[in-house]
Amino acid sequence: MSAEPVLSVRDLVVEIPTRGGLLRPVDRVSYDIGAGEILGVVGESGAGKSMTGNAVIGLLDRPARITSGEIWLNGERIDQLSMRELRKRRGKQIGMVFQDPLTSLNPLIPIGQQLTETIREHLPVTAAEARQRAIRSLEEVGIPAAAERIDSYPFEFSGGMRQRVVIALALCAEPSLVIADEPTTALDVSVQAQIIALLKRLCRERGTAVMLVTHDMGVIAETADRVAVMYAGRLAELGPVREVLTEPHHPYTSGLMGSTPLASKGQPRLHQIPGSMPRLGALPDGCAFNPRCPKAQDKCRQNPEPRIGPADPRAACWFPLGETA
Amino acid sequence: MSLVSIQNLTRVFDVSKPWLNRVIERLPKRYLTAVSDVSFDIPAKTTYALVGESGSGKSTIGKMVVGLLPPSEGGVTINGIDLAIETDDDKIESVRSDIQMIFQDPYASLNPRWRVRDIIQEPVVARGGKATGLAERLLEQVGLTASDADKFPHEFSGGQRQRICVARALASEPKLIVCDEPTSALDVSVQAQVLNLMSDLKDEFGLTYLFISHDLTVVQHMADRIGVLYLGRLVEEASPDALFDAPQHPYTQMLLEAAPRMDGFGREVEPPKGEIPDPIDPPSGCAFHPRCPMAVAKCSAERPALKTVGESRVACWVAQGDT
Repeated sequence: MSAEPVLSVRDLVVEIPTRGGLLRPVDRVSYDIGAGEILGVVGESGAGKSMTGNAVIGLLDRPARITSGEIWLNGERIDQLSMRELRKRRGKQIGMVFQDPLTSLNPLIPIGQQLTETIREHLPVTAAEARQRAIRSLEEVGIPAAAERIDSYPFEFSGGMRQRVVIALALCAEPSLVIADEPTTALDVSVQAQIIALLKRLCRERGTAVMLVTHDMGVIAETADRVAVMYAGRLAELGPVREVLTEPHHPYTSGLMGSTPLASKGQPRLHQIPGSMPRLGALPDGCAFNPRCPKAQDKCRQNPEPRIGPADPRAACWFPLGETA
Repeated sequence: MSLVSIQNLTRVFDVSKPWLNRVIERLPKRYLTAVSDVSFDIPAKTTYALVGESGSGKSTIGKMVVGLLPPSEGGVTINGIDLAIETDDDKIESVRSDIQMIFQDPYASLNPRWRVRDIIQEPVVARGGKATGLAERLLEQVGLTASDADKFPHEFSGGQRQRICVARALASEPKLIVCDEPTSALDVSVQAQVLNLMSDLKDEFGLTYLFISHDLTVVQHMADRIGVLYLGRLVEEASPDALFDAPQHPYTQMLLEAAPRMDGFGREVEPPKGEIPDPIDPPSGCAFHPRCPMAVAKCSAERPALKTVGESRVACWVAQGDT
C-alpha cells in the first residue's frame, strides 16, 4: 500500500430530510483505500453500504445529501465539486460496477459504441484508436472473439458476459478507484467465481483501489484486503479481513459471522442475533446496536458508541470482544 | 414409506415464436426441456433439498410437486395419490390440503390489501373450515404477536413477512411444505432466524420439506438428502456429509470449489470454465461434458443414467467407473 491513500473519506455524513425528521443513512464514516487495495464493505440491507459508495461518486438521489465530512480522491477534495467537475472525474478517476448488468448498459446502443464513447470522453484519442482500445479491454475481461462481438447489443450477451462488459466499461479509462456495488449478487455461483477472479486480477495488475460493497461474507473473505462492517449507517468495525472475520471485536460482527450456516456447521440450530436492525427514524439512544447486544451495559445505553477511523481502534464498541473480559 | 415419490418427471415448455412469425420466417417449433427424467423419493419427516444454478429446473420441479404446473411426462405421487391423474375428488382434496408452499419473495407473495389474519386463514376458510383464533395462535408460533393479526403486510420487515408466509403455510396443517428459495431475499441474521424457525416447526409438527435453494451452505445446514440439478437433470444425489466431503459428480465438485468460503482468505480459485449451455439446444451425451475437466469420448456420445455409487446416486461415466 502506498503512503497516500487513493480514496480518503473523513467523518462523512449523509442526511435525508423527511417529514418525520432528519434521517442519517451514513453517520460519520471514515476510511481509506490505498492503491491496489480492495476494501470490502459489508452489512445488512439498510446499513448504508451503497449510500456510502454513491456519496463518493456524487450519485446521491435528492433529497439525500452530504451534510458534513470530507472525501479526498488522489489528494483532491471532491465532495464540494460541482456536478460538471465531478462528471469529468467519474469514469476517468472512478469506475463504477453496479449489481444488475442489464440496467447499467444502454440496451439500444452496441457495447462497442458505449465503450468508445466513454474512452473518448476521458482520453484524447481518435475514433479508431478508441475502438482498438475497446476491443483490447473486452479481450482483457475475457470476452471471446471481442473484435467480432464489439458491435453486438447488450441483450446478445449472457448475464455473466454482460457483467464483464460493465467491468470493461468501468476500467476502460483506467480509473484509480473502482466502486463495485454488489457486482455478483445477480449471478450464479460459477459465474460469480469468474467475475471475482477477474476483478481481483485486473486490480492487482493495474494497482486500482477497489471498494467492494456486498452482503456476502464469503466473497469478502476471499476478495478483500480490509473490511468495513456497517450497522445502521455507522462503521461498526474496520480492519484487516482475516482478523475481523476470525476474531471479531464488535459483538455485531461476531453475531453476523455466527449466523451464517457455515459457522454453525454440525449444530442443529443457527446462532441468531435477537431482533432486527432498527429503522433510521427510530434509532435507540446510545450505541445503535445496544438493544440487540448480549454485552450491553448502562454505558452503551447512555453514550453513543465511540467512532472509528483508519487510525483508531478496530471496533466501535465500548466493550470490544477479545480485549477486555 | 415415502411421502413423496417423483417418477421420471419431465416438463417441456413450448418457446416457439407466434405462428405467423414461424410461417413468414420459416422457423420450426422450439421446445425447452426444463426438467428431464427426474426421479427421487422424499421420506416423511425429512428435508430433501434441490440445488442448482439458474435454469437448472429446480423451481419447475417445485411447482409440479404442488400441482401449479402439470408434468409433461412422469408424475408426482403424494401419499400414494398422483394429483395429475387421480379422478376421485375427495382424494384430491385430501392431498391438496397436505401440501403448502413458501415462496422466495415475501414482498410479492402476500396480498398488500389483506389483513394478516385473512392471509393466514385463507387456506382454511377457502375450504369452508372454521378459523376462529387460528391466525393469532399461528402468529405466536412463528414468533410474532397475536395483535399483529390486524395489521397489513407493509407494516412488517422482510423477515417478519417470511414468518407470516410460514404461518400461512401451516394453517391447513400440511404434511409437505415446498420452500422455493425461502431465505434468498433475506439478510444473513434474518435468514438464521427463519431457518431456525423452520427447523423447530419441522420437529414440532412432523413436517416434510422440499427445500429449493441455490445456496450450498443453507442446503448443507437444512437437508437430510440433497439432489444436485444441472440443465433439468439430477446429476447427483447424496446425504449432506457425503456430498460436501466427497462430491462425485464433476459438476458438484465445481460448484463446491467455486462457492466463496468464509475461511478462504486470499484464496485464488481457478474459476470454472464456460457457462450453462442453452437449454433449448443442450449438448449431446452428458450435458456437462463441454465444461468438464474429466470428460472422455463416451461423455459426448452417450448420456449416463443416475446409478448408485456407494451411498450416493451419480450420473457420470467417470464416477461410475464405466469409461
